[in-house]
Amino acid sequence: MSDTHAHTVSFVRTETLPEREPPYAASGPVKWMRENLFATPANGLLTLVALYVIYVALSGVLPWIFNGVWNAGSLTECREILDGTRGACFAVLSERWPQLIFGFKYPPEYYWRPTVAFLLLFVAVAPVLFFDLPRKLLAFTAVYPFIAFWLIWGGTVLSPVLAFVGVAGGAMVYQKLVNRSFAAGFFGGIVAAYVIWKIGGFLIPETASDNAMLGAVPSRDLGGFMLNMMLGVTCVTLSVPIGIALALGRQSSMPLIKWICVVFIEFIRGVPLITLLFVASVMLAYFFPPESSVDLFLRVVIMITMFSAAYIAEVIRGGLAALPKGQYEGADSLGLDYAQATRLIILPQALKISIPGIVNIAVGLFKDTTLVSVISMFDILGMIRGPILASTEWNGVYWELLGFAALLFFVVCYGISQYSQWLERRLATDHR
Amino acid sequence: MKKSVFLGALTVAGLAAGAAAAGTLDDVKARGTLNCGVTTGLVGFAAPDANGEWKGFDVSVCRAVAAAVLGDATAVEFVPTTGKTRFTALASGEIDMLARNTTWTFSRDVDLKFTFVGVNYYDGQGFMVPKALGVSSAKELDGATVCVQTGTTTELNLADFFRANNISYDPVPIETNAEGQQQYLAGACDTYTTDASGLAATRATFENPGEHALLPEIISKEPLGPLVRHGDDEWGDVVRWTLNALITAEELGVTSANVNEMASGSTNPEVKRLLGTEGTLGEMLGLDADWAMRAISSQGNYGEIFATTIGEETPIALSRGLNAQWTNGGLIYSPPFR
Repeated sequence: MSDTHAHTVSFVRTETLPEREPPYAASGPVKWMRENLFATPANGLLTLVALYVIYVALSGVLPWIFNGVWNAGSLTECREILDGTRGACFAVLSERWPQLIFGFKYPPEYYWRPTVAFLLLFVAVAPVLFFDLPRKLLAFTAVYPFIAFWLIWGGTVLSPVLAFVGVAGGAMVYQKLVNRSFAAGFFGGIVAAYVIWKIGGFLIPETASDNAMLGAVPSRDLGGFMLNMMLGVTCVTLSVPIGIALALGRQSSMPLIKWICVVFIEFIRGVPLITLLFVASVMLAYFFPPESSVDLFLRVVIMITMFSAAYIAEVIRGGLAALPKGQYEGADSLGLDYAQATRLIILPQALKISIPGIVNIAVGLFKDTTLVSVISMFDILGMIRGPILASTEWNGVYWELLGFAALLFFVVCYGISQYSQWLERRLATDHR
Repeated sequence: MKKSVFLGALTVAGLAAGAAAAGTLDDVKARGTLNCGVTTGLVGFAAPDANGEWKGFDVSVCRAVAAAVLGDATAVEFVPTTGKTRFTALASGEIDMLARNTTWTFSRDVDLKFTFVGVNYYDGQGFMVPKALGVSSAKELDGATVCVQTGTTTELNLADFFRANNISYDPVPIETNAEGQQQYLAGACDTYTTDASGLAATRATFENPGEHALLPEIISKEPLGPLVRHGDDEWGDVVRWTLNALITAEELGVTSANVNEMASGSTNPEVKRLLGTEGTLGEMLGLDADWAMRAISSQGNYGEIFATTIGEETPIALSRGLNAQWTNGGLIYSPPFR
């Protein structure tokens, strides 16, 4: 075959040409730049303007960061070291670092405890977030809240153990009864847990905390970024199930439940979070005698959870409304009762649709935890605005401190949003 | 009007709750700690240091009371309060006393039902200007732009002062002291006005404090002092006379260094009564004889506290001015101990 060709078509080459580079302007970085940065004159102009803006910003910020002072005792000392040159005074971060993270009253010898709790948090949430991991890890997730509580607050080990036993007992009763009816299991579980807690409460002696393995730390000693993390994690975790319950309740055909849920959701959504926090910190104190007031941290957790639960309920209601009616009817036609249909058919689909909305609320909620600084709790912003800026050494250091807080929040919020994008790809919610 | 009715109702509710309990003095003794309301942080007056220990001018008053009542200046639970939560915290019984640079005014005393036990700092609203402006009196500020916090008495005082002197000004509204500081330094206003102690503290943080001056005019009265709830006069007396003991100690030359010698060696009968070596003043208060001695030896007298927290040797560098002893031409004056 090749012979015929070689003889009849004499001008056909016998050997392949050596490969040549593509033209200079049609490959590599030049092509990329031509296509992406300088496609049209207007495009090119915008690129130049943008580059100039980036240059101006970086030329201001970078020297300020790299010329920063990390070791000084006060702002005045910083200025002496800088000697008129521009530079940040990061010394405030190195000196007040533990205060920014743990607050100013958490005992320094116990700093390892919240740190361990923080590290264990990753182990605990991993099986929830990444469902490829072995399901057995969920056992640790179930125990984690009690371990974390014990690590952070310390005191007698008996109270978290009792709390765990109560929850475990409730779960067992639920498992036993749920086959008969969901409601029986649900309420039976709650009653069982309550009974265990009541009985256990009498058994634990009053003085159990005195010689505990971990020294007790009262709630008002918590602070710094730790407080933001704790509020954020607790409130998001609690508000998702409550939000689901509210969303289902709002769709319920039982008028009493429906109206309770509607009134709750609409009331909470109609009130600013800051108002609820003031109620938690100020008003509730009037309803309790001075000695027996509920822990401030708990009050704030309740208020923030209520707030975000109402919003999450609305997001999930959107997910429920987006499901085609056929899904509900299909479930009915299979002979599933309400609880089964909701658990097995409706919610898995509705929650999948709601993921972006729930994540959006979680991110917003996490940032809203800084609002507790107005009710004189020392979260990271409260620490900065109160004690640190009010010390004679550091009064006047704004950019460094607030920039640091912003960085911490950015890391966490960006992480959450990246996770949710991964989750959406993974679940492919648009059925493409 | 509605607001004050509401606040009044709250206060009544708080009072009812407070009245149901025993006297505050007994409560504090039984509890073993004093719950003292302070600010969430104000330079020189109250702020926790790098070790988390509260320090400052107002903090010392709390510690002195704790030393007098409980014998331990560290037995204080500091409850940080904001401008919005301070009064409810006191009325609801969450705190036993409030030492949070709070101005003694008619309505707070009468309408909100608190008892101001005295004045530990006489403040007043002042002006700060850059020296380059060449102004030496607030009356020369005709047509100036003024940075002023909105919604405060500062704003009202400012309007009154300029109207009374028949000159005009251009307000630049700001929200917080931090914002005012930045606006003033950026040149958004010719002068910045707030309490004189605040101005001094703000100026101390500037890169070149020498380029800014405080004008001599003080245009309002801001007597700051500790306060307690209405209706528990025994407790009010304890706080009042602890403050007076600190003031009297300075007047009589009793310091934290020489308090022990003075107690045994002084021949001045008032010193002896103050320090409990003569008379039964402590017993009348429901305390022991050494109450004032403990307060003075742990915190120092009024002058020492002033000097170490906000005085001229500190970065805040406030001079005594109105807060000098009456014998030195100031207003600090304690009734006699007898």
